[in-house]
Amino acid sequence: MVENIQKFLHTFSALADLGQEIADTHEFNEMASTALHLVLGTLAVMRGAIGEYNPEYGSIRLIAKRNLDNNLPTELLLDYFENRELCQVGISSVSAEESESKVLDFVTNNIEWLNEAQVELVLPLVVRERLVGIILLGEKASGENYTVEDKAVLSSMSRHIAVGLQERRQREELERRNREIKQLYDGLRTIYRDTVRAFAAAIDCKDKYTQGHSDRVGKYCEIIARELGWDEEEVEGMMIAGYLHDVGKLAVERNIINAPYRINAKESSELNKHPMVGFEILSPIRHPYADIPQAARYHHERLDGRGYPEGLKGDEIPLGAKIVTVADSFDAMTTDRPYRRRRSLEDVLEDFQRNTGKQFDPRVVVAFFRAMLKEITNSGVEKRFRRLLGRDYMNAETLPVKLQELISKIEGHKTAAAA
Amino acid sequence: MANPSVSKEVYSTQKGNVAIIYAGDYLNKQSGERVEYECNRHLSTGYKSLVISFRETKIVNSIGVSILIGIIESAKKTDSTLVFSEANRQTISLFNMLGLTKHVLIAESENEALDVVTNRLSEKK
Repeated sequence: MVENIQKFLHTFSALADLGQEIADTHEFNEMASTALHLVLGTLAVMRGAIGEYNPEYGSIRLIAKRNLDNNLPTELLLDYFENRELCQVGISSVSAEESESKVLDFVTNNIEWLNEAQVELVLPLVVRERLVGIILLGEKASGENYTVEDKAVLSSMSRHIAVGLQERRQREELERRNREIKQLYDGLRTIYRDTVRAFAAAIDCKDKYTQGHSDRVGKYCEIIARELGWDEEEVEGMMIAGYLHDVGKLAVERNIINAPYRINAKESSELNKHPMVGFEILSPIRHPYADIPQAARYHHERLDGRGYPEGLKGDEIPLGAKIVTVADSFDAMTTDRPYRRRRSLEDVLEDFQRNTGKQFDPRVVVAFFRAMLKEITNSGVEKRFRRLLGRDYMNAETLPVKLQELISKIEGHKTAAAA
Repeated sequence: MANPSVSKEVYSTQKGNVAIIYAGDYLNKQSGERVEYECNRHLSTGYKSLVISFRETKIVNSIGVSILIGIIESAKKTDSTLVFSEANRQTISLFNMLGLTKHVLIAESENEALDVVTNRLSEKK
């Protein structure tokens, strides 16, 4: 009687530990190893192993073993009939004498090494009639045969372990699918980005003087967004906004865009429609990034309200549009146009200093020129400005000082304004 | 094998050519692995006689039993003598019930365990 109570308590405690182990352990091999310990320790079984079934390959791989010969096969192949039989029969003895029913085909087909390894019992791990693994058990320390009660305990433990294996498999499957979706998404993003760049090149082709303009504006936008500390997705979105900001020019007459003189008021009015046209082109498209149509619509707005198309002021203008404004203006000043040569960088800096707070947002201007200063003063930084502007354009020795002065002045104004 | 830090509860000592491993107050996975590590360490350095002392041990759980079976198998493989000593009545009863006592010698005290292994060594010679 006392022995029965002790046996009950020992078994009950092991079952409780097993449940907790499966629920708590996130490291799968650790869970399998502990589960095997619990099975062996409950009935004092001298040796055993847990194998996980891989439905893709139809094979079982031993994931935990204890006191078994190292020469065991690491992977066992199962055919369809062995699989079905394991699912239907339940716990089976390896020995024909001990077996209550017909010996499993799996046992017959593997009898040589099962005997060599002194395996006595095979416990299929099944969840919803699907094989997820097996447990192999050797003899009991007592030398006695497995009783009906022993098999009931083992059956209960194997159900717990089967669920643990199944959950792990589902988690892995979910992770695999997530990886596939991510790859697919990354592929689509690449296609989207490449399409946008091709589109940007098509926009620029319309204007023989501004070839590469949209591409450069996209790159300047990327530099600014990165300097502002935006995350990778936002940076990419900003780059796309830069590529597409002039898409509305597709609707403007080529002779206005390419006019080798300062255009008149009528032509200017026609040209000034391009932000709104761009917005109308871009709005129906479901972009993976926010505010791309808005950036096209408002990239000619000014902080002082003197821009177009709506004369928005200050914070009414989206930050994305403000970034495009700086990038667009910088590229316009630093490239040749039909009616003028490009301006010197010193001249451009002065222009930005004069117009920051009126046309340009100080945060954006500071970020832009701080990125330029970092490139000039730090040899480890990628030379993006140099590639975009040409090697000789940024060679002035005084440039770092001028950039620092510009940044300090703008920041000084910002501080004074805030005070 | 990783070297699990040996806690105050599980430790080992040597008396002559016998290694004595003290199992701590609760033989579970954590302490069991430390006991196993100590046993394997001594077996690998040539000790042929091991005494596992359960002097402080109040409870041995299922994982503890499984680990002890592993130690029994390791001792068998290396043809070493293994003695369990000073286990309380409940633990002895558990070992009996599960059949572990068929594979290992039981001693009531550490001295008795040392006598047992000394006699075994003489028999082998």
